[in-house]
Amino acid sequence: MRFPYDTSYRDSRKLLRYRSDWLAYGILLALLIAAPWILPRFYVGELTYLFIMSVASLGLMLLIGFTGQLSFGHAAFVAIGCYVHVWLLGHGVPLVASLLCAGLFTALVGLLIGLPAIRVSGLHLAMVTLAFSIIVEQVIGRWKDVTGGFTGLTVPRPLLFGFDLGGQRQLYFLCLVVLVLVLLALVNLLRGHTGRAFTAIRDSEAAAQSLGIWTAGYKVFAFAISAGVTGVAGALLAHHVQYVTPEGFGLLLSLELVMMVVIGGLGSLRGAILGAIFISLLPVAISALKPILPTRIGSQFGLEIFVFGLMLALFILFEPAGLNGRWRKLKSLTDYFPLYRKDTFRRGKTYMRSERYR
Amino acid sequence: MSYFAVENLSLRFGGLHAIRNLSFEVEQGEVFAIIGPNGAGKTSVFNVITRVFTPSEGRVLLRDRDITTLPRHRVVERGIARTFQNIELFESATVLDNLLLGRHRFRHGSVLGQVLWSPAVQRAEDHSRAKAEDIIDLLDLSPYRNTPVASLPYGIRKMVELARALASEPELLLLDEPASGLNPEETRDLAFFIDDIQNDLGITVIMVEHDMSLVGEVADRVLCMNMGEQLAIGPVAEVRAHPDVVAAYLGT
Repeated sequence: MRFPYDTSYRDSRKLLRYRSDWLAYGILLALLIAAPWILPRFYVGELTYLFIMSVASLGLMLLIGFTGQLSFGHAAFVAIGCYVHVWLLGHGVPLVASLLCAGLFTALVGLLIGLPAIRVSGLHLAMVTLAFSIIVEQVIGRWKDVTGGFTGLTVPRPLLFGFDLGGQRQLYFLCLVVLVLVLLALVNLLRGHTGRAFTAIRDSEAAAQSLGIWTAGYKVFAFAISAGVTGVAGALLAHHVQYVTPEGFGLLLSLELVMMVVIGGLGSLRGAILGAIFISLLPVAISALKPILPTRIGSQFGLEIFVFGLMLALFILFEPAGLNGRWRKLKSLTDYFPLYRKDTFRRGKTYMRSERYR
Repeated sequence: MSYFAVENLSLRFGGLHAIRNLSFEVEQGEVFAIIGPNGAGKTSVFNVITRVFTPSEGRVLLRDRDITTLPRHRVVERGIARTFQNIELFESATVLDNLLLGRHRFRHGSVLGQVLWSPAVQRAEDHSRAKAEDIIDLLDLSPYRNTPVASLPYGIRKMVELARALASEPELLLLDEPASGLNPEETRDLAFFIDDIQNDLGITVIMVEHDMSLVGEVADRVLCMNMGEQLAIGPVAEVRAHPDVVAAYLGT
């Protein structure tokens, strides 16, 4: 049993509140640092990919989970971040500066794409972003001088102060560091003024405006930050794949990102990461299972996409709060063990709400 | 020269006249009630004041400054806060976060400061928290401080919405049917709270309300509307006895 007991206002805002939290996250960090020497090479690569996808998923979570704006085109931001980074590296810009510039440039593009979001929302916004991602894919394919077109482009080695970070372990740590920094930045942003405004816009725009929240500004801002973070993920992805082609940034990637966010659990950064873990490791799990499956099922074309779809459907039906919801239930079971009530998480009845003020 | 004035206000949606040539004045520190049958245009008046709608004619003045052209999110900066008829709370957030959102108009540090969680940001957060706690004490909400709004009963939600409006430190508070859906006991509490808001906090209150016992208890003056027009204005007893008001409510 554990009862929250605050002795100051700052207690309630602490990220790691109890000694057990410090211990748990310390162990996690230690394991992640030790991982490249423990795990086989293949899995180090998979973990690196997982970190990159976590960054992208965090970016999308900010948009969908916190401000309630739907985007089916985030693969385009991954692509833009990736190509800008490769282009800058090719022109002799140092690694860190190039990473930041890729993020900033993508944020700028996100700002422009976010402008229609002031007027449209929901499915309409999803269509706008979807169209945008198709356009970006085609532009990258045709703009041969800069992007290498559909044939692709080799990514320069990542050099930091003369050290080559292109090796598997080095890249692993680069991605881990970026992930931790992005996570900390977003956690801080979301526990303060801006994060509250984001959730306010998601829950009730009418009330948000009556309290002085400039909804249009915050929506576009959320779009820009989300795009920027996703762009950084794209830049890292370039080093992971080492050879970039526009096909890698198609609708499937957008869809995967949306699934990470939804399966992870909307409105939680932990969910974004859990979702990224789930979706990135699913193909690995499927290919590991293939030999055991009957050949008629195991050799089916499109088995992965089928499983993806099935998982999404199952989650929406049985656990709309996603993996994070599952996590919270487990945690409250262990925290309040003898007194745990199953109905704590039952969704309350939503009272009549008007949409008249939109 | 009055504290708050609505002058010759008209609001038309195509052929529908929601408000017709309405004028009234509110003195600083009074509780002013707007009553009238359903569809009389009471909430529309609130929506014009808070800039949800732009009036077809007329203007709204606060301390002799025209607020009819303000953007919607700037109204609160002038010290006008409101509640909604059908509660518009931030469902997934806790009561405390709802109150802190009420304080959105007070800055809590730059974006970069927030990302770095700088000491200045933390101090601003502490200050807002302390202010929010004052209101939690005032409205007896402390048992629900960390409860998500989605799991609160209706009566408490109404109070949370009132608390959130108060958190923005308004000088003029617009309450849209604060007692609707409350049980008699909660309505009595509400009457005390409105009294406190008027007398201790010195906030001017305009409220739309159907519950005449509450209006009789707390309101200094009443405006009765019907079909977007003024039927009667004045002290409660006078308006209640006015033949047009009786006719509008009971039919002729």
